[in-house]
Amino acid sequence: MQGRNFTRREFIRNFSMATFFGLSFPFLSSCGKEMVEDFLQKHFLEMTHEEKELIISRLEERYFKKYGKKFTVSIQEAIPNTLWGYGLDLSRCIGCRRCVYACIEENNCSRQEPQSQWIRVIRLRKGSLINLEDSEHYYNPDYVPEKEFIYIPVQCQQCENPPCVKVCPVHATWKEPDGLVVVDYNWCIGCRYCMAACPYRGRVFNWAEPNVPKDKWNLSVHYLGNRPRMRNVVEKCTFCIQRIRKGRYPACVEVCPTGSRKFGNLLDPQSEIRYVIQNKRTFRLKEDLNTEPKFYYFFEA
Amino acid sequence: MRKIFYYFIFLAILGNLSLVFSKEIQDEFPVPPPPFSEGIYPCSQCHASMEINRKRRILNEHTNIKLQHAETMRWCLDCHNPENRDKLRLYSGELIDFGRSYLLCGECHGNIYRDWKAGIHGKRQGYFSGGKRTYLLCVHCHNAHSPQIKPIKPEPPPLKPKEIRNAR
Repeated sequence: MQGRNFTRREFIRNFSMATFFGLSFPFLSSCGKEMVEDFLQKHFLEMTHEEKELIISRLEERYFKKYGKKFTVSIQEAIPNTLWGYGLDLSRCIGCRRCVYACIEENNCSRQEPQSQWIRVIRLRKGSLINLEDSEHYYNPDYVPEKEFIYIPVQCQQCENPPCVKVCPVHATWKEPDGLVVVDYNWCIGCRYCMAACPYRGRVFNWAEPNVPKDKWNLSVHYLGNRPRMRNVVEKCTFCIQRIRKGRYPACVEVCPTGSRKFGNLLDPQSEIRYVIQNKRTFRLKEDLNTEPKFYYFFEA
Repeated sequence: MRKIFYYFIFLAILGNLSLVFSKEIQDEFPVPPPPFSEGIYPCSQCHASMEINRKRRILNEHTNIKLQHAETMRWCLDCHNPENRDKLRLYSGELIDFGRSYLLCGECHGNIYRDWKAGIHGKRQGYFSGGKRTYLLCVHCHNAHSPQIKPIKPEPPPLKPKEIRNAR
């Protein structure tokens, strides 16, 4: 082997890398295999399909160990030519919160201490304009609807120009090609900048382990959606990504007893949401913030 | 002469086509069976042996039905067909099954019927693409005799921040 001289730069680089790996070896070996795997996992958008398959098979195994259930984790990608939009008829919503609880069941949200609710139904006095500062979401009357109030369910508005994505320091959240804003829970560090940035309070912090009763697990899950989350990550509504990418209505649409909730593809002229936009008086919340939500509230004349 | 002959053939084909299409429209809305009270249908099992009395009166039977649907202007036989009780009757005199009662409702509530056909009024369940989509009849949500939706008990509200114990 012929004698080779390192330049000073090469020497420093190799030396520092060797030191770094040498120092991190005891750190990595001291924590469990799962932690190492999580630590070395790539960003979801940078993984190849094979790497993703590996990750989800590992996840399924881990869930089986932890919860004793056979989950099927999907990584189905966005369908081409789709942009999901939502419509909500405010003249029909009676504020019964059925959607809130259907959402919890569908998305494997934490059940107690505290319950993690992705939909917040706010109540406003009739006659005042839609001024969210006067709203209340802890109302609990015996019967709804009450005469002097209207109800506005608020969840993630899936903005085209999402402020939560801009502020994330680790790029753990992004907008998918079909317009859904999603979170990679493995990448999230739980700093809650996104919660502060969201003008709709659409994001929820998961305080607890998902203490879901054994028979209540929804086993059809998506990696970016309703898979069982770890503690201390931020989670949010994805319009039921695991359902809509298979062509099925979101859980809140199916459960609404008054049929106020409408859903469809904004790029398909035959879809229900396009009919709403063309034929009804629609508005979006806080349009002045230029977030371009894809959640249309509308009134019946 | 020949031209006229072709023209008639063309018309005949068109007529057949329109028949086929109208049949399709009939099956367009796959709805679950209407929500009858138990044992009440077919109506003809009692009514077949009865005489038709068209006079507006207070009935001894069907006491559980309280008409609150423009009750001053309307009575049973405006919608129910007196001769064949298992059918409903449109304004035109056409008889329809109970499973297609949306046609009857749509005679007065035309704008709502239009929205319902487009999937805006009422609820759709199942698959919007690549699967079965179920519609509901008007009467699955609205009682036809008293269509106003009744108030219901709301689900419990979320916890207030001070009630959350493990938030530190």
